[in-house]
Amino acid sequence: MTGLRQIAFYGKGGIGKSTTSQNTLAALAEMGQKILIVGCDPKADSTRLILHAKAQDTILSLAAAAGSVEDLELEDVMKMGYRDIRCVESGGPEPGVGCAGRGVITSINFLEEEGAYDGADYVSYDVLGDVVCGGFAMPIRENKAQEIYIVMSGEMMAMYAANNISKGILKYANSGGVRLGGLVCNERQTDKEYELAESLAKKLNSKLIHFVPRDNVVQHAELRRMTVLEYAPDSKQADEYRTLARKIHENVGQGTIPTPITMDELEDLLMEHGIMKAVDESIVGKTAAECAVA
Amino acid sequence: MDLTLDEAKARNAEVITEALSVYPDKTAKKRAKHLNVYEGDKPDCGVKSNIKSVPGVMTIRGCAYAGSKGVVWGPIKDMIHISHGPVGCGQYSWAARRNYYIGVTGVDTFVTMQFTSDFQEKDIVFGGDKKLDKIVDEIQALFPLNHGITIQSECPIGLIGDDIEAVAKKKSKEYDGKTIVPVRCEGFRGVSQSLGHHIANDAVRDWVFERPGDRPVSFESTAYDVAIIGDYNIGGDAWSSRILLEEMGLRVIAQWSGDGSLAELENTPKAKLNILHCYRSMNYISRYMEEKFGIPWVEYNFFGPSKVAESLRAIASHFDDHIKEGAERVIAKYQPLMDAVIAKYKPRLQGKKVMLYVGGLRPRHVIGAYEDLGMEVIGTGYEFGHNDDYQRTTHYVKDGTLIYDDVTGYEFEKFVDRLQPDLVGSGIKEKYVFQKMGVPFRQMHSWDYSGPYHGYDGFAIFARDMDMAINNPVWGLAKAPWNAEQ
Repeated sequence: MTGLRQIAFYGKGGIGKSTTSQNTLAALAEMGQKILIVGCDPKADSTRLILHAKAQDTILSLAAAAGSVEDLELEDVMKMGYRDIRCVESGGPEPGVGCAGRGVITSINFLEEEGAYDGADYVSYDVLGDVVCGGFAMPIRENKAQEIYIVMSGEMMAMYAANNISKGILKYANSGGVRLGGLVCNERQTDKEYELAESLAKKLNSKLIHFVPRDNVVQHAELRRMTVLEYAPDSKQADEYRTLARKIHENVGQGTIPTPITMDELEDLLMEHGIMKAVDESIVGKTAAECAVA
Repeated sequence: MDLTLDEAKARNAEVITEALSVYPDKTAKKRAKHLNVYEGDKPDCGVKSNIKSVPGVMTIRGCAYAGSKGVVWGPIKDMIHISHGPVGCGQYSWAARRNYYIGVTGVDTFVTMQFTSDFQEKDIVFGGDKKLDKIVDEIQALFPLNHGITIQSECPIGLIGDDIEAVAKKKSKEYDGKTIVPVRCEGFRGVSQSLGHHIANDAVRDWVFERPGDRPVSFESTAYDVAIIGDYNIGGDAWSSRILLEEMGLRVIAQWSGDGSLAELENTPKAKLNILHCYRSMNYISRYMEEKFGIPWVEYNFFGPSKVAESLRAIASHFDDHIKEGAERVIAKYQPLMDAVIAKYKPRLQGKKVMLYVGGLRPRHVIGAYEDLGMEVIGTGYEFGHNDDYQRTTHYVKDGTLIYDDVTGYEFEKFVDRLQPDLVGSGIKEKYVFQKMGVPFRQMHSWDYSGPYHGYDGFAIFARDMDMAINNPVWGLAKAPWNAEQ
């Protein structure tokens, strides 16, 4: 018994965090691990593939209805899904009101106090794309997730987000004990994607833990609100997630303190791989018409 | 034995150096700018002010919410002031200022009641606008005679970005154009309560004076209409001021804000003259009324007979002979009474030394009252004064006075210990520290639950209270055993 592993998936919005995490966790469950998923996104879509549900009742919406979070019982908020994976969603306010960050803090405190983690081998936090405030950094603070997996792709903005998340991890790596577990590249079929992901991982003092190829079966499974592991267990893609799950399982204690890079270094990286040309400073800020005249 | 002026100046300079010597270099450098020995010929007191307090010291300041809810808006008696946010800010400031008022509390007046939106975790996470909306409904149902509502923002309102202005507008429409004033006085704004005063003044401008829609006002002007601005009626101060103004022939059409009402605020643009007591907290709206409505304003000081007479004449100078004669009549009427008060107390208080540390106007305004009793103010400072306050202070303080801006608990103790005044006048947090040091003390925010101190009637009470504190036989009985040989 290695004790409770707490991991978190971060990454740019729309990169496939929830899909990757749910498939990977389903594979871990297949390996006999007892899993708890804590969705930390106000959209509350971190558990739909496991639960086959559009959205589960969230801690915060139930708390608001009941009066306060103290009025809730753990059974009210926790649902069982595929292979007895336990699922909770933090939830949060509608866009534009209140403080979603505080909601994450409230929910995680509630789960800990209620003993939601008892008996689990893995707790996985699925967090909003950008660490916009202290609340969304809650899962990487002391005594929460020990390893962060950043889901990214070969796209510039995904890499930029990965670098930013590394900065957040670095901050809490010194005060707490959080480590960067590795990068998970979700293939977008951009140029030299694998090499770029590898180089970025190296620059961040981390590793590319797995390169997940693109496969339409993921989409087919999603439409049925299922993981690939459940929908097509014999598919090649299911094996990819099994590999990722195994690598994460074996990655215990292997996390590193990241070394985030500057924007310039990031651009240099793209140029090194021939993705980006050296910027001609004379054209910066010029419109198409102005360039044509020149 | 009394020091000569030069000796006192040297001693004061030495005390400042001593106080600064215990600080880390950076703190000492910052604090040094706030401490000075006043040089009699300078146009200001030579201290920096209205700057962020140094972290780690015990500052005596408040916050923007305190400045708006506690000072400016809170005393408006026929409006309900919601402490919007978690319960603590409203609860612990509940009825802490003694703004007296006339009315039936809970029916048509509400000053000593506490209204709070009592934010819970869910209100932070999901936003509090819906709750605020509902509170307005509840207030309307439970207290239908209220004339208006203000929303006094506590810190979280600004942090989570609630749109209290939208709620105020919506509810105002629902209740036939009722005055509902959102005030963005979150405590983290600014360096002290001072910004809260300014924000509150601006809220009066934007949501009372410039609110949309015509409202019929039945108001008959007279040539002698004045508004009292910046008197919070602590222990009845505004009342003992008002009677003097009325006796000299003026008509007081508004009190800002002690025992004041929304109608009085609304009518103030009809005043011929605004008379301003607490410059710090209400100069903003006075300047605005001057620009917008052409109403001149004059500062006055109703502490002690010398300053009262001077102020009555200054106010009268803005009016015709009828009022000027009225001022002289009032002064003549009360002078014998004042002479009797001074004859009784001056022999008991003559030569006694005072150190002050208070808020808006009192660090300078009360000096004249002490001097009328033969006393001397040897040190003074402001919690949240600005440079213009310290300029005005030069008209009151003597050469060599110790000046301390935003004094820290440590510095104040040090200064009192070294200067050994006969009386310290400051707030409740300071009171017991100095009494335990064996130094007589009067609270100069709340008048130690006494008052009024303004006007001629107030001076009689002021003189009695100072005598009671200084000449109390208890000080002769309270000798520490280890000082028994003294």
